[in-house]
Amino acid sequence: MADLLAARFQMGMSLAFHIIFAVVGIAMPVMMVLAERRWRTSGDPIYLDLAKRWARGTAILFAVGAVSGTVLSFELGLLWPTFMRFAGAIIGMPFSLEGFAFFTEAIFLGVYLYGWERVSPRAHSFAGVMVAVSGALSGVFVVTANAWMNAPAGFELVNGAPVNVHPLAAMANAAAPAQVLHMTLAAYAATGFAVAGIHAFLMLRGRRAPFHRYALTIALVVGAPAAVLQPVSGDYAATTVARHQPAKLAAMEALFETQAHAPITLGGWPDVESRRTRFGIVVPHALSLLAFRDPAATVVGLDSVPRDQWPNLPAVHLSFDVMVACGTYLALVGLWAGWLALRRADLSRRRVFLRAVVIGAPLGFVAIETGWMVTELGRQPWIIYGVLRTADAVTPMPGQLWRTGVFALIYVFLAVVVTVLLSRQIVRSPMHTGEFERAKG
Amino acid sequence: MSSALFLAGTLVVALNAYVVLGGADFGGGVWDLLARGPRKEAQRQLIAQAIGPVWEANHVWLILAIVLLFTCFPAAFARIVVPLNLPLTGVLIGIVLRGSAFAFRGYGGDRDAVQRRWGRVFAVASLVTPLLLGTALGAVASGAVGAAAAGTAASFGVRYVRPWLAPFPLSVGVVTLACFAFLAATYLTLEGPAGALRDDFRRRAIASGIAVAAAALAALVTAAPSAPLMWHGLIGSWWAVSFQLLTGVTAIVALAALVRRRYALARLAAIVQVSLVLWGWAWSQYPYVVPPDLTIAAAAAPAATQQLVIAALVLGALVLVPSLFYLFRVFKGSDRLSTISHP
Ligand code: HDD
Ligand code: HEM
Ligand code: HEM
Repeated sequence: MADLLAARFQMGMSLAFHIIFAVVGIAMPVMMVLAERRWRTSGDPIYLDLAKRWARGTAILFAVGAVSGTVLSFELGLLWPTFMRFAGAIIGMPFSLEGFAFFTEAIFLGVYLYGWERVSPRAHSFAGVMVAVSGALSGVFVVTANAWMNAPAGFELVNGAPVNVHPLAAMANAAAPAQVLHMTLAAYAATGFAVAGIHAFLMLRGRRAPFHRYALTIALVVGAPAAVLQPVSGDYAATTVARHQPAKLAAMEALFETQAHAPITLGGWPDVESRRTRFGIVVPHALSLLAFRDPAATVVGLDSVPRDQWPNLPAVHLSFDVMVACGTYLALVGLWAGWLALRRADLSRRRVFLRAVVIGAPLGFVAIETGWMVTELGRQPWIIYGVLRTADAVTPMPGQLWRTGVFALIYVFLAVVVTVLLSRQIVRSPMHTGEFERAKG
Repeated sequence: MSSALFLAGTLVVALNAYVVLGGADFGGGVWDLLARGPRKEAQRQLIAQAIGPVWEANHVWLILAIVLLFTCFPAAFARIVVPLNLPLTGVLIGIVLRGSAFAFRGYGGDRDAVQRRWGRVFAVASLVTPLLLGTALGAVASGAVGAAAAGTAASFGVRYVRPWLAPFPLSVGVVTLACFAFLAATYLTLEGPAGALRDDFRRRAIASGIAVAAAALAALVTAAPSAPLMWHGLIGSWWAVSFQLLTGVTAIVALAALVRRRYALARLAAIVQVSLVLWGWAWSQYPYVVPPDLTIAAAAAPAATQQLVIAALVLGALVLVPSLFYLFRVFKGSDRLSTISHP
């Protein structure tokens, strides 16, 4: 039991670590390409400086993303050998495609980072576009694999073994479209707001260097539209969950009783013993309306789910509410940014707006982490929903706790180093001097 | 040829590419650790410059191999990872520390102390990882991994340590390390300007080439008692023996070319030699993925999966081959002495 918990903890920790770097690897190339393009069209050297500085930071994050991703592909087997024996042939396909996406990404990243003086301007921009596209594609493929765990398809179960395997049908599982859309938008929203927040912070510190204004604008161009769309795609995700994983939806919403006119409970603590959610704010009919587009619809509650198949309610419910809260905030700030852009306002003078952006900087990443907790913890006790239990998939090797501890130390160490290195890059950014105003003349 | 056999062959091709490309990146780290003499810093700089633009792409070959293994031979993957949990965990820690230390050193600022600290982590991880990786492969080849999965009642040591902590697997680990160092030194003779620096790496290449031969011999000797299947596969038939002889000939060609300063020839011969070692291993354990009993056919995924993976491989190669060609032309092409600008 302790070994199972340690293995689950290690898997979750590794993914929660990797996802930060993966998300940056998806969205940063888009921003670098935009900055480089502005430089080529306007000739303004500040844009070139921006693209190069962003590239330096991205290179560090990319390396950590690549090695932590490698850890994951081994861990799938090291921790869950039974899962992989069952699922390898069914969902190996998206992983194989992801492999090719990684190749393209790594190759053109090499060209992009080291090739400023070695390849033509067009080839350089092309390399940036390739990195951006293949980064997004690798995310799409791996999330497709995860969606299959939530809504398994493409095989038949005979005596506990999969037969009649159709990998393409497995990829076209019911959960994939919503998860892929929601996750891809999440990458742009979270990274866009994180970068915008950093530059807004430096502007608030009194540096109106055009450098930061350009950076802020590009980051918001990438982040704000995605943040505005995120509640819409999240609603789509929720309706999918309602149809295919009723137990997860009930846990997300802390709904103990199956009922028509089901309410939504905001916040509160789901008390498993008394089967009541305490301290929450109840919005009548809202859940039926949102999940099934009908205020009278019946929503399955946990009383229809065998007790040994309940996920961890407080964790799933509160994670969900935190994600939605972050998403609502970011969407509002995104709308505000759009409104200011329509009015062609000078963002550097909007101090309240800049503060709001600074507050939003970590929230996208908070939403990503809590969103994944909803997805992964909400699927428990299943590793493949309704098919294979996590407890039956874990490695037989004892002593998992030791290894989990070692990896925890490594991740903490890497996180500290990356933070120090990145903040040093940021401190070095041109805010202490007026060199760029001068350079611009 | 069955499609399962084709996929197994592709798996070995991916491993081969990882060994001759990614392996040299590890070998570079070994030479970083062993940098000596008046040109110590110049050696390290050359190594970093040679690895920088390509290591992430080279590293993906390993991921491709793993993904192909668990997609096309899921039963083999599940069986290998359980007894080899410990060395593979070591490999992972090594990969994480090496990759991030390399990036941290490159972008971490120019202070000497910082450089040295990350340089040390990078170099030590480059040394340990190939040892463990080779040990893991050797343990599979020896048949001990396949046998370990069978008995479930045995003690921890018997199930999780003894399969790989044995003379043959460890000697394969040493062969792997020596091969990686040999490849790296041979490539590095062509990375920098002619002169003393090139000669440094020429001497290192010759020394590690001899080490490869010695380690391979030691592995062969330990194979007889502790990996009888492997021993039989390696020298049990006339073609197997001629294969080993061919490998020996390329080794001599590589060393002779280094001695006579024919660097391009030496590089080619080194690549062929190391690839032959790998294919010799693969061939000797045919038709098993996990000796002594799990065959390629028995471990293979259903036909539908195999066909789709082959289709994906073909499509992927159409993108991959030109892209890789482009990458190496840009950074390893003819005007290699112009600076590679560090972002
Ligand atoms: C920037 C990040 C972000 C933001 C602002 C939101 N989400 Fe989210 N959400 C994610 C990032 C995310 C995620 C981390 O990317 C998840 C985890 C799995 C997935 O596919 O996306 C996720 C999962 C996820 C799921 C579970 C899907 C499943 O298990 O299959 C639902 C129902 C929602 N979200 C709903 C919402 C709603 C209604 C939001 C409204 C504001 C919202 N999300 C904002
Ligand atoms: C990157 C974002 C992700 C995060 C943060 C995440 C988080 C987690 C967490 C917290 C667990 C532990 C579950 C528990 O303790 O109950 C877990 C388990 C697992 N996840 Fe994910 N996950 C992510 C994406 C994925 C993806 C894309 C896959 C693709 C296959 C995946 C596969 C697994 C597997 C195999 C397990 C182990 C079995 C289980 O406990 O259900 N995860 N993940
Ligand atoms: C939703 C979850 C995930 C997303 C969105 C994602 C996305 C990405 C991206 C964009 C990269 C590129 C490198 C970088 O940006 O640093 C990457 C690297 C990697 N990811 Fe993930 N990943 C996820 C989860 C996983 C899982 C579950 C696995 C395990 C099979 C995995 C395996 C890898 C590997 C092996 C790499 C290294 C590739 C390289 O060397 O370039 N990822 N991931």
